[in-house]
Amino acid sequence: MVSAYHSTLRKSAWSPGFWARFIACGVVLGVVIPAINLWIPSNSAAALPDYLIPLLGKYLCYALLALSLDLIWGYAGILSLGHGAFFALGGYCMGMYLMRQIGTRGVYGNPLLPDFMVFLNWQKLPWFWWGFDHFAWAAAMVILVPGLLALVFGWLAFRSRVTGVYLSIITQAMTYALMLAFFRNDMGFGGNNGMTDYKDILGWDVHQPATRLGLYVASVAALGLGYLLCRFITSSKLGRILLALRDAESRVRFLGYSVTNAKLFVFTVSAVLAGIAGALYVPQVGIINPSEFSPGNSIEVAIWVSVGGRGTLSGAIVGAILVNAAKTWLTGAAPETWLFVLGALFVTTTLVFPRGIVGLLREARWTRLRAPAPVPAGEQA
Amino acid sequence: MAPSPTYAFSRALWGRALRAAKRVRVLRLAAFVLLAIAGTTSARADEFSTLLSDLASSSFADKERAVIALGRLGDERAVGVMTALKDGRLIKAPDGRILVSDATRLTDPVTGADVSGVAGDTADRIRVNNRLRGAIEGALGELTLFSSDPAARLAAAQDALRHPFADQAARLEKGIAAEKDPAIRAAMEQSLLASRLFAGTSAEKLAAVRALGTTTDPQIKNLLDQFRAAPETDPDLRQAADAALGSIQNRLRLVGLAASLFEGISLGSILLLAAIGLAITFGVMGVINMAHGEMIMLGAYAAYVCQQLFRSFLPPAWIDGYLVLAVPVAFLFTGAVGVALERSVIRFLYGRPLETLLATWGVSLILQQAVRSIFGSPNREVSNPTWMTGGFDPIGGFTITWNRLVIILFCLIVLGALALILNRTRFGLHMRAVTQNRPMASVMGIPSARIDALTFGLGSGIAGMAGVALSQIGNVSPNLGTIYIVDSFLVVVFGGVGNLMGTLVGALSLGIVNKFLEPVAGAILGKIVVLVAIILFIQRRPRGLFALRGRTAEAGA
Repeated sequence: MVSAYHSTLRKSAWSPGFWARFIACGVVLGVVIPAINLWIPSNSAAALPDYLIPLLGKYLCYALLALSLDLIWGYAGILSLGHGAFFALGGYCMGMYLMRQIGTRGVYGNPLLPDFMVFLNWQKLPWFWWGFDHFAWAAAMVILVPGLLALVFGWLAFRSRVTGVYLSIITQAMTYALMLAFFRNDMGFGGNNGMTDYKDILGWDVHQPATRLGLYVASVAALGLGYLLCRFITSSKLGRILLALRDAESRVRFLGYSVTNAKLFVFTVSAVLAGIAGALYVPQVGIINPSEFSPGNSIEVAIWVSVGGRGTLSGAIVGAILVNAAKTWLTGAAPETWLFVLGALFVTTTLVFPRGIVGLLREARWTRLRAPAPVPAGEQA
Repeated sequence: MAPSPTYAFSRALWGRALRAAKRVRVLRLAAFVLLAIAGTTSARADEFSTLLSDLASSSFADKERAVIALGRLGDERAVGVMTALKDGRLIKAPDGRILVSDATRLTDPVTGADVSGVAGDTADRIRVNNRLRGAIEGALGELTLFSSDPAARLAAAQDALRHPFADQAARLEKGIAAEKDPAIRAAMEQSLLASRLFAGTSAEKLAAVRALGTTTDPQIKNLLDQFRAAPETDPDLRQAADAALGSIQNRLRLVGLAASLFEGISLGSILLLAAIGLAITFGVMGVINMAHGEMIMLGAYAAYVCQQLFRSFLPPAWIDGYLVLAVPVAFLFTGAVGVALERSVIRFLYGRPLETLLATWGVSLILQQAVRSIFGSPNREVSNPTWMTGGFDPIGGFTITWNRLVIILFCLIVLGALALILNRTRFGLHMRAVTQNRPMASVMGIPSARIDALTFGLGSGIAGMAGVALSQIGNVSPNLGTIYIVDSFLVVVFGGVGNLMGTLVGALSLGIVNKFLEPVAGAILGKIVVLVAIILFIQRRPRGLFALRGRTAEAGA
């Protein structure tokens, strides 16, 4: 019986209607927007100027990050306040690759050492920088470094049943410790200046509009694939277990499921997604520095998810894009009001509409479906 | 061995005296010229001029003899001459007179009168070498040993330590006999011991080595090192020097430990003040108050406002009293903000700790920006009242500052008062009842909603008082709270929720461990080690050091 229930769930998750909506969104983001940017002349009112492309790409990376947090918070009830750390680690791996691509074009022209190492009198490349001149190695590290950290951290935490607020606080301590570590100059990651002044990625100049468009399309693809992966996980049997342990962890444990393994798996997947988001973010914004690890950044991700609607995958994406677009607009138009708005968003979403935008929309649709059909006028009396 | 109290006292005075001595040196030249005009006995004046012309001798050995003799003469005019000689400003005019050249004029050091009619290019500059420079410094040190200015005497006593000249001992002995100020005499005695290391009978040397073993002065340690390494030192003395060096080493280690311990307790008391309020709200209500740091910040601004009010409306003599007013003002103000926050936001979110976390984070952003809009983002300065400035040096080598000591005491008072409130008042009883079993407490007629609001107010008020304390050791800025919030949470989680004892032990141990790690690993690395240690510790004991046990405790978190 359970498996029958399951197959209906799975069917509804992958219905033709879903595919139609998914492909439509993909086409708008991945085809229409680039087409407008490329072919509508810049003097036209409908034009999309080149500078907006990396901005949109940045929003998409944030959306992927929000998606990764929603997977563990919305579905498994694990509020990580250190997800920014996985994002930043992925970003640092990509940043290291981009630094090695500069080659002799740096200020000091050293073929082996990045500028900041020459500046700090390093004699040779530290071992953890080996291999980062190859894109494949960097890409593997983008997945492995956040994944392994999450695996070890999660194994320690979930095995000893650190839950709820305690988990939130130690994830916050983790990102705080990493921030302090990356601020140190002798760590070999550029200290508080971070890494910047990138030249090219895979042979293409990162400042060229075409490269930026390519990175944008790559972000669309990553977000789409990440979304499908999350949908696959949440609509699977594992997804049901996650929902169950979110609502009554002890009961799931007593039913014989391994809560630790389920959490560990989803936490690691989520960290890898965050790492990929960070890796795509860095070449588009052109810098990575330790402030990406700051605890405030990670909490902000939670509010994107909240605004969009936690426990709904599309909500995380919508929330991340809306909040960040509002941030871009407000910090330009009235910088001193932004923190008021962000603070108010935190308070009102938790107090007034905890289900978020997508949650509210769904609720509205449900009430419409459930409402009794209006009685035709002729049948009265 | 017990540390010498006189020596400790002299160390404290030296820093102040040194600064004064620098000022004195600038004025010295002018002062001595005036003194010279006032006249000295002619016999001494004759000897002075003779020695002066010896300075122009072509042999450096003669010059050195003249310098030493001038130093012994005790004539205060010699100071100007020596200084000029050292700086290469002493010249020999074609007619044989020795003149001091300033940027604008020439002076005759004997009479102190201005000299004109000597063309700059006809005069020879009297040259010095390094050996001579050493002699000059020694002579200058001796000359000022009898100056009428105590600061200059103290500086001279210290100079003597830096250049322990063989023939200085007699002069220092004379100086000690004449000296009335105990601090300066102690400094002179120290220098005398040092010079006996290099000139004295074996017995004197041995006594000096032994006596010097009781200090923590790095200069004396260097001197002893030199003495030990010198080839002419005989084995007995070398052994004694080894023992003295060992004892200095031990003493330095002890001072280092004491300093780390004090700094650790100080940091611990600050962490404790910051975390107590959090422990109450977290422990009693299960509320994660991310705006707690901003309550601290508001308290610090309350202190700032009190200070500004005192400055503008009350007589200046009363300014030291602002802090006494600031503590209750901060408590009441942040307490009121806390109650308002609980009534307007938090009471809707009980039982959903993760959501209170987000909502209160939002509140913290709003409070930060509001303060930034009102007071501006630059740091505001809150000055210590005079009774909290400065400090004292208990064993020599590190200073206990009054402001940190007062904060430690204040923290103990707050903790004690809180323990009394919790254990001896009706409100405290109700609070504990609600902590242990909320539904049962309500059934017994305890107004749990009111208790919640008051508890939250109490926690916030204590945070406000923590803010007043923090304003005394650092600057006040809108993001003051964010610095402490992660640390305060770690203290609470480490110590165990809902338990004052746990918070006390957690804060103190974190503070002390942090400060003991600092010299070994560096400030930042030490902090990282502590963070990682806490993360690992929570794996072992997910509910902290002193965990509440039982069904409600499990359900509450």
